[in-house]
Amino acid sequence: MPRVNEKVSYWMLVLPALAIMVCFYILPVLGIWEIAFTEPETGVGNFVKMAGSNAVKTSFVITFRVAAITTVGCLILGYIVAYAISNFATRLTPLMVALVILPFWVSVLIRSFSWIVLLGRSGLVNDALMHAELIERPLRLMHNELGVLIAMIHVMLPFAVLPMLTNMRGISGVYVQAARSLGASEWTSFRQVYFPQTMPGVLSGALLVFVLSLGFFVTPALLGGGRVLMISEYITYQIQEFLNWGLGSALSVVLLVATALVLLIAARFVNLRATLLERK
Amino acid sequence: MHVSAFKIFFQTGAWLVIAFLVLPILVVLPISFTDTSYIGLPKEGLSLQHYANYFTDPDWLNATWTSVWVGLVVATCASVLGTAFAIGCWFLSDRAAMVARWILITPILVPPVVQSLGFYRFWVKLGLIDTHVGVILAHTLLALPYVSISVFAALSNLDRNLPRAARSLGASVMQTVWAVVVPAARPGIATGFIFAFIVSFDEIVGVLFITVRNVQTLPKMIWEGIQDNIDPTIAAVATLLIVLTLIATAIGVLRRT
Repeated sequence: MPRVNEKVSYWMLVLPALAIMVCFYILPVLGIWEIAFTEPETGVGNFVKMAGSNAVKTSFVITFRVAAITTVGCLILGYIVAYAISNFATRLTPLMVALVILPFWVSVLIRSFSWIVLLGRSGLVNDALMHAELIERPLRLMHNELGVLIAMIHVMLPFAVLPMLTNMRGISGVYVQAARSLGASEWTSFRQVYFPQTMPGVLSGALLVFVLSLGFFVTPALLGGGRVLMISEYITYQIQEFLNWGLGSALSVVLLVATALVLLIAARFVNLRATLLERK
Repeated sequence: MHVSAFKIFFQTGAWLVIAFLVLPILVVLPISFTDTSYIGLPKEGLSLQHYANYFTDPDWLNATWTSVWVGLVVATCASVLGTAFAIGCWFLSDRAAMVARWILITPILVPPVVQSLGFYRFWVKLGLIDTHVGVILAHTLLALPYVSISVFAALSNLDRNLPRAARSLGASVMQTVWAVVVPAARPGIATGFIFAFIVSFDEIVGVLFITVRNVQTLPKMIWEGIQDNIDPTIAAVATLLIVLTLIATAIGVLRRT
């Protein structure tokens, strides 16, 4: 039977990558579940301890708040850029696209470092404001939620712009033209005709930014200075400072479940395949 | 010509947002030429001392070299495995292949700290902690989704009748893959290779968990530098990397047009 044989040879191509992913990635991540339920003793003790901890609760609230504000900020700023790129063709449009994509290739570590240089106590922003005698004492721009949010929006913005750009490129201009020729103002035709068509792109961008922000570590850890403990940093704290693997793993399990829930809920509104599997 | 408020809002808004995206990254440039020994703008004049420090410090140079060669090995492994995977799935195009594709992209969705915990515990069992092999394996897993996504995107334009024709003319499955499908996937493979290299070159959280002293990468040096003492050498390294990125982007844009 040649057809069966053929399928076998295609699976031979698929298997190496799939096998190492399952053995060295999926299994280790599942191993965390085991730790959460078995260390220091078998049972749900870690989860009980977690549910009773105010610090954990605060950390989850901060995590979701930062992720939500970052998402909204990225959507608003990203929409403006994506709209201008897709709708006003000027000689500078290719430059705009290049400048939006460029930060994507600069490491998150370096981008966070830049914000530390800018927002620190004796950073460039405070220096400039003091020099101009607008303030007497340095403002606290970093090591608080404000600093984390500014840097997070900066880091995540390209993830919001790119899906919106892909979506807007596929929108034909005839609908807005029709609305305009029927007498709608520029704002009205944007709000009632153009904007609804961009919802798939907006939702894709929102999902990407929100999910990535939930588990983000580098930027909150550097800009938060230990004062804005998002869950990821809280987990490393438990493990590196207190060697508390049980609680750290239990928190990881909850973070994983929260991420999965967000994706499941999003699946009702967003085309997950287009957002994640068939990204351009 | 009349320009409406609507248009002015979006045009100026867009440029402001782009300024917010790009300008903060550029602050490392003046800092890197500072003549002070702390992070700040140049006081008396410009100085190349922090660049000199980077190029003479064996720690920085070794870490850079490690990041480059590890990145190249990772990109090669991930490209070979990921390309084979995507081509196999493209031929199968059934439910099982779809499930396989979802499994392969999980590293994009799992929070970095969570997967690093998993790596750490597993690598301890395998004796891979603080080894280059351990880092290469972890980074290959993290890079695979990007290769598979970009190769798949390249194949979406390939006419399914082409491999069928090759098969009916007597080519074996492997001959068909090699002579018909791989050439069509080539742009996707190239993009995937670059993505995989950058994933490895920039990766920090995993490296923090699975290495100690023996393996030093560039991101780890930068991370430790930011944590311990703020040394302007980091600004010099950052400037060099940004200039490299600019050149690479410019080449990419010019080659496309």
